[in-house]
Amino acid sequence: MKLATFRKGGVHPSDMKSLSNNQPITRFPLPEELVVSMSQHLGAPATLLKAVGDHVSLGELIGQASSFISAHVHSPVDGTVTAVRKVTMANSVTCDAVVIRPDEVQNDAFTERRDYSSLSKEELLAQIKEMGIVGLGGATFPAHVKMTISPGKSVENLVINGVECEPYLTADHRLMLEKPYEILEGIMICRQILEPKNTIIGIEANKMDAVEVLRKAIAEKGYPIQVMPLRMKYPQGDEKQLLKATINREIPSGKLPLDVGAVVINVGTTYSIFNAIVFGKPIVERVVTISGECISKPCNVIAPIGTKVKDLVEFAGGFKEEPDKLISGGPMMGFAFYDEETPIAKGTSGILALKDRKSYVQTACLSCGRCVAACPIGLEPTKLYAYITNGKYEEAMKHSLMDCKECGCCAFSCPAHLDLVHAFKTGKKMGRKK
Amino acid sequence: MRRVSTSPHFHSGASTRNIMYSVAAALAPAAIWGVVVFGPRALAVLLISILFSLLTEFLLGRINREMTLWDGSALVTGLLVGMNMSPTIPLFIPAIASIFAIAVAKWTFGGLGANWANPAIAGRLFVFFSFTSAMSSFKMPSTLAVDAVSSATPLSYIKTAVSAGESLGQSGLQILANGGYPTTALAQRIQAATGINAYNVDAFLGNIPGCIGEVSKLLLIIGGIYLLVRKIITWHIPVSFLGSFAVLTWVFGGVPNGLGFFHGEVLAGMLRGGLILSAFFMATDMVTTPVTHKDMVIFGAGCGFFTFLFRSFGSLPEATSVAILLMNIMTPTIDRFVVPKKFGEVVKEAKEVKKNA
Repeated sequence: MKLATFRKGGVHPSDMKSLSNNQPITRFPLPEELVVSMSQHLGAPATLLKAVGDHVSLGELIGQASSFISAHVHSPVDGTVTAVRKVTMANSVTCDAVVIRPDEVQNDAFTERRDYSSLSKEELLAQIKEMGIVGLGGATFPAHVKMTISPGKSVENLVINGVECEPYLTADHRLMLEKPYEILEGIMICRQILEPKNTIIGIEANKMDAVEVLRKAIAEKGYPIQVMPLRMKYPQGDEKQLLKATINREIPSGKLPLDVGAVVINVGTTYSIFNAIVFGKPIVERVVTISGECISKPCNVIAPIGTKVKDLVEFAGGFKEEPDKLISGGPMMGFAFYDEETPIAKGTSGILALKDRKSYVQTACLSCGRCVAACPIGLEPTKLYAYITNGKYEEAMKHSLMDCKECGCCAFSCPAHLDLVHAFKTGKKMGRKK
Repeated sequence: MRRVSTSPHFHSGASTRNIMYSVAAALAPAAIWGVVVFGPRALAVLLISILFSLLTEFLLGRINREMTLWDGSALVTGLLVGMNMSPTIPLFIPAIASIFAIAVAKWTFGGLGANWANPAIAGRLFVFFSFTSAMSSFKMPSTLAVDAVSSATPLSYIKTAVSAGESLGQSGLQILANGGYPTTALAQRIQAATGINAYNVDAFLGNIPGCIGEVSKLLLIIGGIYLLVRKIITWHIPVSFLGSFAVLTWVFGGVPNGLGFFHGEVLAGMLRGGLILSAFFMATDMVTTPVTHKDMVIFGAGCGFFTFLFRSFGSLPEATSVAILLMNIMTPTIDRFVVPKKFGEVVKEAKEVKKNA
């Protein structure tokens, strides 16, 4: 049977997942020091509630959501605040952070199952908000905002994103293999809130073992959830492409999934929703893939939020050879950073240490059209690039520059090695200013 | 040293050099065939073309203070210029063609990526109109009988006969047969065994007089398929080019011969002249053709249309070159007016906007 995928554009990078997809998720030992940023989500940074010397316990609120689109931040350990300082995250956002020294003895918490069957939608949403849940696919959009359905709209399709189309990353894959029941219960909680007609889990065909595991668990529990394997193609994990692939709907420019009656939630997010509702546990840790050619022992770990990259790398056996690039997230859309002191945040799905395969020469644009063929939105990157490099930002905006989501398909396929995505990011900034 | 740069941090590995050298590699078998059947003189023509192309690129690079010699584009241009020359051409002509291609057609417009005309075609046409008789005298390949009546290419032989008006009511293949145009023994055997016309077999295998690189359709098609498989080119331009030419030839191709509609020789027409070389290697030059697939189809169909028009009703033998050059001129216009449909774009909305406006 031919598997579904989205139609327009897309590329096929080698997935590089075999480095770490057989490594079970291991628990990261407590580091000596954690740096917890107040800006781990899309929207306004949280307001810091603690000061130097304060004792915090696991799951305690330390950052208060400061506006509608914002999220709470909780302490990932029992420990003492040793400093409050600015920190620069991998995505080069600088914000307040607390430095926490974990206690020698950590108390057990969040082990007791709670009954949530009698809770109303609003109570469930309030709980999700309270637990600081954000989308763990990378965009870190606050989950309670996404799941609050404005009056007059209804959800026909709930699509669960298990695509993980970025090369190297295996965090979601491992999670689906190891925690299928938890993920499915998380999805059922989402169903309770959103009341969709259909629930579909989209998974790319390089994770057929996860498809089997989930299908088996669904059959066992009798859940009304469908698992849909998808043909591999990047960027299928983007909600626009995922909805096209799974339910064949196209979200118009500037609109949200809800405008076509759908909500998309990442599998990692459903797992944290499960933890939040069933155990009352906020997001204090997440699964991170540590991989890349330069990592000695690529692996998947569950690490407290705020763990420093250097501790993670050390846990993975250190560098095999000195990497040319450190990346937070996947290689297609992730952020390159240089400081190993940088802590991970809720949205950090992977830490990659890569070698530049070759130093390529940039040439003039050949107008070969590879970028146009690769663009999943149907833009003409070559044209936009010409506008932006010539300072014609308004012209670029007219040609739908704002619809570009910086997925990198164009730059990935460009034989002239033009910095297309870089130009588009610049162009958007300049275009907004005018 | 750690590098920080904007995503993506991953690349397909495609590069300009890689594309150019792949095109050169795909052209090589057909060029080698030309050398085999036309002798060492053909090799000299190819080498002179390539040498002057590279030399011009190098010297202009010195002026620009930018060394673009190794991106391979000058090599491809030089090779194509040489392959589009008659093997008997005086050697200064390919040199002039290469210099014109690189210096005038490419460099004056801003170098690689900024030229509007295919440099090789511009170079070829420049010397064609300057040295027309030298450019149109050909040599029989060594595989054909030496005591041949004429060394005209099948295409020009038929054209001469048709315009003289003596062969009304005969198809091109009949004209060749009645005139005693030679075929190889191999082609005759294949005709006897399969029924495929011997003239078509020879034209396919490259046993006809013509430009050095355009005679062996078999090797050109193999090269073209190699580029398609490697995804260096897409199918859109070659297929629409050959497709529109084939359809038009079938419908109207018999008209100049007095055969009426639907009597054109599709296969024979496609195997004559530089059509295959042009469709796979000249019309697919990236710089001078549109960027979107839809536009590429329009471009290719236009090439096929003009090629047919000039070949059947024009007086000059340079049909494909002129057709491609004309479509090169149209490329920016096609690119501007035919834009791809965006993801999530609803056709209805566009209509509503029109109504409101």
